Amino acid sequence: MGRFIAIRVLQLPLILAVIYLLTFVLVWVAPGDPFTRTDKKIDPVVIESMKKKMHAESWRSFLAHYPVQMIKGDFGASLTYDDVSVTDIIRAGLPVSVSLGLLAMVIAVYAGVCIGTLAAVSRGGLFDWFSLSVALIGISLPSFVIGSALFALFCGTLHWFPIGSWGSFSAMVLPGLALSLTPMAYIARLTRVSMIDMLSSDFIRTARAKGLSRATVIWKHGLKNAVLPVISFLGPASAATLTGSFIVEKVFNIPGLGQHFVNSVLNRDQTLILGTVMVYSIFLLTFNLIVDVAYAFVDPRIDVTAKQ
Amino acid sequence: MTVASPILAPHAVAAAPAPDTLARRLRASGRIVVGGGVLLIMLIACLATLPFTLDRSGTGALKGALYFDRQTPALQRRVPAFRVNGQVTPALWFGADTLGRSLLGRSLLGGSISLLIGFAAAAISVFLGVSVGLVAGYRGGWLDSLLMRSVDILYGLPYILLVVLFKMALEPMFGRAGLSPPVANLVVLFLAIGLVSWLTMARVIRGQVLSLRAQPFVEACKAAGLGEWRIFTRHLLPNLIGPITVYATLIIPIAILEESFLSFLGIGIQPPMPTWGSLASDGLIPALNRIHQYPHMLIVPCALLSVTLLSLNFMGDGLRDVFDPKREAAKV
Repeated sequence: MGRFIAIRVLQLPLILAVIYLLTFVLVWVAPGDPFTRTDKKIDPVVIESMKKKMHAESWRSFLAHYPVQMIKGDFGASLTYDDVSVTDIIRAGLPVSVSLGLLAMVIAVYAGVCIGTLAAVSRGGLFDWFSLSVALIGISLPSFVIGSALFALFCGTLHWFPIGSWGSFSAMVLPGLALSLTPMAYIARLTRVSMIDMLSSDFIRTARAKGLSRATVIWKHGLKNAVLPVISFLGPASAATLTGSFIVEKVFNIPGLGQHFVNSVLNRDQTLILGTVMVYSIFLLTFNLIVDVAYAFVDPRIDVTAKQ
Repeated sequence: MTVASPILAPHAVAAAPAPDTLARRLRASGRIVVGGGVLLIMLIACLATLPFTLDRSGTGALKGALYFDRQTPALQRRVPAFRVNGQVTPALWFGADTLGRSLLGRSLLGGSISLLIGFAAAAISVFLGVSVGLVAGYRGGWLDSLLMRSVDILYGLPYILLVVLFKMALEPMFGRAGLSPPVANLVVLFLAIGLVSWLTMARVIRGQVLSLRAQPFVEACKAAGLGEWRIFTRHLLPNLIGPITVYATLIIPIAILEESFLSFLGIGIQPPMPTWGSLASDGLIPALNRIHQYPHMLIVPCALLSVTLLSLNFMGDGLRDVFDPKREAAKV
């Protein structure tokens, strides 16, 4: 167990290094040096000083120095925004995106597990049918469809939630809901299938025969085991939430990191791209690591070191 | 929701004493018939109208009324209408957009592009996934460990960021190679999406190959002295048609979704070329404007995209149950 965690923790910087190299090659080398752009006339003196400041005399020196700077918390200057550094942009946008993503994940896991369990219990019944339809819709509909439908209904027609504001919890509810629907649908499906498996297993029958109530057996004994595939799905789910958050941030006009990533790509702002990709990757990989370790703790039967 | 009812319909297959052939099971599955039917209608509608939506000259039967980039300022933001001044106007069946372009024409061409990207990206990822899965499962040993470890690591990467980066890097290269910008845009987009969505396929195929490899017929092939390539193509692949079909059907909607995400954000297909995602993005502000509301600009592309994705997922689920009897047992 300790060995598994150690390996995974040691793997993390390696994977990050690979992502860094890949990103660097894709955004810096392939489309050309960012300092010799044709769309923006910059004074050669300015370029020289910028290059010096960012250790970008050659791409090799930048490649070597940028990670060191990043570890110190300095992501360099943005190439499109004049007075704002990449660090400032990330510092402003990241908390917004992360809180939105966390809210969405909490809703997705909680609602998904509940819906899946209830569907498994009433297998073939009306609620099962309902849950399967919801899951199919959640998997199929893009988040911008769901987001704009929620926006039009609850902000436009019913005036339940504020429009275009950010900072209060009520402004987070709709975007969080829109973002949570896709992972929720997957989680509900996973829970339903594994719960159906669980409910027909021997230990559940034994527990019932011992006189435990149906509710205790389902929610305590069954769910503990049925929730395992859900935990292993949390990694991919967080990646999906990341994608979704770009969209939802655009629909609800939220000042998160997503719009900066999109703009940095459109503006070919290489430092901002590198910075956002690295920050997103660190978050995703750390979260995946936590999930994997949690998985090993929750189910001691699983030999995580074995290669399937 | 008449479409959803087959979910509950107990599989006629399981109980039927009649010969249980694959074709029979496919026909008996309501989901495959309904999903496939809707998809087929959508495909035919989009592809058969390509001569009209690409008719720039205006000499065709519809006089270029459906040409995707024909701007008629007088028609700006017109709501859907079947007749204007007593005349039938197919161009206005879905209304017109901010620049007075026929939304029907744009939706049809956008659908063709979205579907093309979905199918092409799925084809690439099926090819990659099956190759990696076959080699990893069949060879085993260090190659298997290496490939599967890489797949594990790739699973954790922020793949949507990678799609964008691939697209950014490849597009200028393809442009320099002589492809016209819209074509380079299209090719790069499905290459990038295909390159990141083969992981699940590789895992599934590897698992299947592992169990097939242990069976006597593979050993017989080896004993008969067949080459690896021949074993792959003639003996293993035919046995993998089931899972390949199922996961290919499920990759297509994911690829279409990813394309629509990117186009919605403005990073995907570049204007004036339409896709369902970019049409929805264009319609977002007119549809949610509080003073002058034009909801049709958002509703039309969203509805078309949703129906297509629903039917694809519907079909994929149906196929999965037909090809995987174990899952079916857990279902009914």
